[in-house]
Amino acid sequence: MSDIVISVENLSKRYRLGVIGTGTFYGDLKRWWARRRGMPDPFLKVYEADHNNRDGDFVWALRDVSFRVRRGEALGIIGPNGAGKSTLLKILSQITAPTTGVVKIKGKIASLLEVGTGFHPELTGRENVYLNGAIMGMSRAEVDRKFDEIVDFSGVEKFIDTPVKRYSSGMYVRLAFAVAAHLEPDILVIDEVLAVGDADFQKKCLGKMGDVAAEGRTVIFVSHRMEAIERLCSRVMLFQQGSIALDGMNVREIIDEYLLDDGGGTVGSVWENSGDEFDNEWFKPLRVEICNDAGEVLTTPVRNSEEIFLRIEGDVRWVNKDLAIGYYLFSEKSHYPVYYSQHNDGAPVDWPKIRKGLNVIKTRIPGYLLNEGLYTVSLVVHLRTGLATKFRIVHPDERKIQLSFEISSVVTDSTNWIKRRGVIAPVLEWMNA
Amino acid sequence: MQKSSSIISQEQWDMIIRPKRSWWDLRLGELWRYRDLIRLFMWRDFVAVYKQTILGPLWYVIQPVLTTGVFTVIFGNIARLPTDGLPPFVFYMAGNTVWSYFNACLMSTSNTFVDNAALFGKVYFPRLAVPVSVIISNLVSFVIRLAVFLAFLLYFVLAGASVRTTVWVLLVPFLVLIMAGLGLGFGIIISSLTTKYRDLRHLVSFGAQLLMYASPVIYPLSTAQGVWRWMILANPMTPVIELFRLAFLGVSALNPVYLLYSVGFMLVVLMVGLLTFHHVESTFMDTV
Repeated sequence: MSDIVISVENLSKRYRLGVIGTGTFYGDLKRWWARRRGMPDPFLKVYEADHNNRDGDFVWALRDVSFRVRRGEALGIIGPNGAGKSTLLKILSQITAPTTGVVKIKGKIASLLEVGTGFHPELTGRENVYLNGAIMGMSRAEVDRKFDEIVDFSGVEKFIDTPVKRYSSGMYVRLAFAVAAHLEPDILVIDEVLAVGDADFQKKCLGKMGDVAAEGRTVIFVSHRMEAIERLCSRVMLFQQGSIALDGMNVREIIDEYLLDDGGGTVGSVWENSGDEFDNEWFKPLRVEICNDAGEVLTTPVRNSEEIFLRIEGDVRWVNKDLAIGYYLFSEKSHYPVYYSQHNDGAPVDWPKIRKGLNVIKTRIPGYLLNEGLYTVSLVVHLRTGLATKFRIVHPDERKIQLSFEISSVVTDSTNWIKRRGVIAPVLEWMNA
Repeated sequence: MQKSSSIISQEQWDMIIRPKRSWWDLRLGELWRYRDLIRLFMWRDFVAVYKQTILGPLWYVIQPVLTTGVFTVIFGNIARLPTDGLPPFVFYMAGNTVWSYFNACLMSTSNTFVDNAALFGKVYFPRLAVPVSVIISNLVSFVIRLAVFLAFLLYFVLAGASVRTTVWVLLVPFLVLIMAGLGLGFGIIISSLTTKYRDLRHLVSFGAQLLMYASPVIYPLSTAQGVWRWMILANPMTPVIELFRLAFLGVSALNPVYLLYSVGFMLVVLMVGLLTFHHVESTFMDTV
């Protein structure tokens, strides 16, 4: 008997764009009438012109994916948004059926695509534990047996007989995860659910997932948090445009490959639009460069004492108050960004003016901030209201524009400063209190 | 490599996910394994509705009395429709009690996919668990309505009305089963269609009303003649309502054999419902 527990064979999933129906019977009638009179279809949607996997009215979310997973493996799945990770999880979880291909599974599979699925606000914590457990496929006897353990793990025992609508969001999430953590399936499929709760609880969750893997169960884990993937996974698969781009046990190398991948952009100190790249109705970046005080492009490593400028030249086609231009700064030392900064972070009077037509803006990375090493600037241009991103024009997870620079030596005015560890090396103020 | 793949193909898999399931793969056994979930759904619906209401289940008593009162005034006192010699109030209440269960089953199951899209999009369980739990939890309100009806019946009997309860009463559980089957069958057909056409929902309540007027809820079958009689007889709910009246009030213009028509109709609708529901459930998330 081989120990392969999941065998995915030539799996593809095709989504249809828009035209299946208008959603209402009335709408379908209206469309039919418009067509009869030779008018344009009133329901036809306008799509992003540059979707990679489009095929007529269809888009392939997954294309001919095959892989096998062994018992006890902790498989991490990474890749940019829209690469097919979530679609794969939905198929594995039987939420939607594949278009072609087969998945064969051995043992009991449970998936956790969301924490607290089916929680009802009017029911008490205790009642919700039973309900949520049943939704996830546990029998009543199973929940009975694990109930104390679940409540203990969640840390909400005092409020277990209070309706969950009175819970804080943290308590809610803790209880919900506690149920999921005690499912004990042979195969556990987890989507990005750890992006909730406080740091302590996240640590606890990661620990629990590690235990699951250590017990010889199989875990499939999708995340954008590379440090979690690196900690938990024995194998990682990189998805790009619906296919597996890389797959292997060399977790760190694959993660690096993904993070440093230029994804159509360039890593240098100048990026220039070759013509019709990033063509969209709001903002078209034309030229981005990293330069010094005097406006000269940085081509050589610099000292930490030097101020560095990011200069962005772009064409604004449609002035929109939600348009935001910013960048992530990455260091080679961490997968996590050093920081993110955006043109309207300061007081409104200080924001650079964005007008229709050609705009040139710049931002300063102060001296005496960064440590020695290679840094990457990843441009972000998006339309955003509150917490919701409406449209991404340039983003490190999707279509990137990346530039890099190097800090070669760190000096300060201090006679005592020596080379030190740390992603950054700011010179901060010390004083008598 | 060749060898290992042949080993794999011979192995036992617990689950195989394929693009299309066979039309006949209804997975009813799986539904049975999730019976705890069905029970919890019933209980959730029941508890969630009554926590924080003042009148609570009392509402189930007030509503049929009010509806029957309105029917008695409009159809009995104003329109003067005949009631087969029965006191109008019990006549209408009998029809109402039966019809309201069927109607509740139909209405609450016909929104299954649209109302549960968020839940269905995040976790797999047999989707049929939702409509089935709704059908069963509606039984609670039916039993309360039945008790209210029996109380009024007792009052009219004591007051000397010419009603008599017959041995057909034994058939009442079976009548409930037929109504549950019809309500579930129609409901899940409609819920499968609403994944494509949302506005079908508005049509449903209108259609259910029409269906009620084409049944002997507000008039006895004996008054319908010719083509009307046939239209009313084509309604699978007609034998159910008539038999319910025969059971408790002892009057019916219909041969009880007609109930077989309702049973046959119910089995066909339920089968068609199950087939379309299972056909839709594997991919409906792509369209909702």
